[in-house]
Amino acid sequence: MLRYILWRVMVMIPTLVLISMLIFTIIELPPGDYFESYIEQLKAIGEKADLQEIEELRARYGFDQPEPIRYLNWVVGMLHGDFGYSFEYRLPVTDVVGDRIWLTILVSTVTIVFTWLLAFPIGVYSATHQYSWGDYGLTLLGLIGLAIPNFVLALVLMYFANIWFGTSIGHLMDPNYISEPMSWAKFKSILEHLWIPVIIIGTAGTAGMVRRLRANLLDELHKQYVMTAKAKGLHPFKVLVRYPLRMSLNFFISDIGSILPSVISGAEITAVVLSLETTGPMLIRALQSQDMYLAGSFLMFLSFLTVIGVLISDIALALFDPRIRLRGGKTK
Amino acid sequence: MTVDRPREAGALAHYVHQGPFDPYDVEKTAQGSSQAKEASQLTLMWWRFKKHRLALISGILLLIAYIAIVFVEILAPYKVHSRNVDFIYAPPQGVHLFHDGNFVGPFVYGQKMELDMTTLRRVYSDDHSDVQKLRFFCSGESYRFWGAIPGNFHLVCPAEGGQFHLLGTDRLGRDMLSRIIYGARISLTIGLLGVATSFILGIVIGGIAGYWGGWFDLVTQRVIEVLQSIPHIPLWLALAAIMPADWSPMLIYLGITFILGMLDWTGLARAVRSKLLALREEDYVLAAQLMGAGSTRIIGRHLIPGFMSHLIASATLTIPGMILGETTLSFLGLGLRPPITSWGVLLTEARSVSAVALYPWLLIPVVPVIFVILAFNFLGDGLRDAADPYK
Repeated sequence: MLRYILWRVMVMIPTLVLISMLIFTIIELPPGDYFESYIEQLKAIGEKADLQEIEELRARYGFDQPEPIRYLNWVVGMLHGDFGYSFEYRLPVTDVVGDRIWLTILVSTVTIVFTWLLAFPIGVYSATHQYSWGDYGLTLLGLIGLAIPNFVLALVLMYFANIWFGTSIGHLMDPNYISEPMSWAKFKSILEHLWIPVIIIGTAGTAGMVRRLRANLLDELHKQYVMTAKAKGLHPFKVLVRYPLRMSLNFFISDIGSILPSVISGAEITAVVLSLETTGPMLIRALQSQDMYLAGSFLMFLSFLTVIGVLISDIALALFDPRIRLRGGKTK
Repeated sequence: MTVDRPREAGALAHYVHQGPFDPYDVEKTAQGSSQAKEASQLTLMWWRFKKHRLALISGILLLIAYIAIVFVEILAPYKVHSRNVDFIYAPPQGVHLFHDGNFVGPFVYGQKMELDMTTLRRVYSDDHSDVQKLRFFCSGESYRFWGAIPGNFHLVCPAEGGQFHLLGTDRLGRDMLSRIIYGARISLTIGLLGVATSFILGIVIGGIAGYWGGWFDLVTQRVIEVLQSIPHIPLWLALAAIMPADWSPMLIYLGITFILGMLDWTGLARAVRSKLLALREEDYVLAAQLMGAGSTRIIGRHLIPGFMSHLIASATLTIPGMILGETTLSFLGLGLRPPITSWGVLLTEARSVSAVALYPWLLIPVVPVIFVILAFNFLGDGLRDAADPYK
């Protein structure tokens, strides 16, 4: 088991390296850099830019060096916990990001738990009652959930939450708590606001998961061992729980790898519409103003989050299913 | 004297078929199955697909929609940018048939606008004395068909001097219905072009990786893994932010399709690769090799047709994701920008909660989005079932 985990962690490293290269390339692609657009901006409002200061900043952050060296500086810095400097906020990236990354993790985790709790019973019901009215109704509902763009759902839900429950519009907490340190009251306020983004982000993921779980469980239900168990006279509930459900549980854990990226994507969009205190709005702002360290580190954070999530799900899967770790160790 | 014998308990009733006896019955069924045997792969798929009612209906609806986007100028009552400054944020007009108990035919009531002096909102009300009969197959606003041929023929026009805003108007007094119809041209094609991009990338890269293997396969596998583990939307955003702001609308349109396709080929490439790995061991490939066929011919002529139908089905299922992706990017201001009109651009107008509260009809463009996505999902499901030879 330990060997499998070690092997799995080792595989993660080249993936992360490739991701960091890709992100660096994307961030570097736009012509010019932050300073150029900054000077342009100053010129547009008719102010003179302090060229000397800007040249100094440029030299300090290595903008005069060739790209590969800058890439290396960036990566080595990240390994030391130094994520670079946000030019727009004039602060180190870690200070700018602060709580936001934790709130992103909180929202994503709660969403995944919500997805699981909802998708599991619905998927099992749909599979065991195939072609019943309940199955059709739930499938249709799920498809509609899949088809509505996240941001429209966010707008509508936000509107009704305000009318029906009086929840303040937008934000992840009551406006009074935003700049305060963490406290019990703030935590309660976050919980009060959390359900809206969770439902919005969760619907699409839940719908997809129900669909896949249903298909998976149906495949298992038609297999011979289920027939044998039924023929032996086992109680239908026991037949379901003992064998096919355990088989499809494996898939359930591994599926996190496919829903996690979409959950994080959805979280970004929803965050923009609801103006949540997560990474979404800041990422978009950083991308638009070519604040490259901030944007790059954000993208890296989000990808890292996904990779770690997949790692956890893989290890959990290996714990549940001995076939996986045997296979994995051998081929590589 | 006859003695009644006791009847045998529980004997089955003798069954006699009531229909006339047809001695050629057997031959008919044999013929039927031979017809099935002779049918080509495509005919078989078509038979299976037809059984899937929902998929068939979705397919027909989509076909109609794609034909319709050719004749957008005729179908829309107004032009995409024509403004009606007297009717800003006008609510949808209802179409009526009867006026004062008399049949008039489809008509709308004229709208009266008053300014609410406390909230400074425009309040519209129906003017029941003003009956504006709709005209059909009429000449109305002049336009240039596909930007070239001038014309003024419309399917439906407002009465002379009247208005017809079936779905209301936006903040500049532009007709929502017309804008949605024009937006279909962009939104529906962007999905197709994006899928075409990812389809080509997927087949070429997956094909090379699966057929030759080696280092190329290793690298591709890694790259696919990386692309699949990065959340799509942030990456789309980053790529969309690269596009210079001074690009022409057409270039931006192409750029967005390319971005959507760039990240989507991974699933297809994987499918192509695994199928090729399985198929290249088949005897008929060996036979082709022995006859001296080159790799390109073997891949193109013998291997890809074997799972093309399956590929098309899975490509259909990725179109909804692209349409949603375009909508999202445009909504965030990083995708298409006015003057291009797509459904996503239309939805940007409804960006704030106050718009939802005061002018809910601005959200109507989401209805065609949902319908098209559902239709593509059903169609894809149907195609996949039909293409699967093991069902």
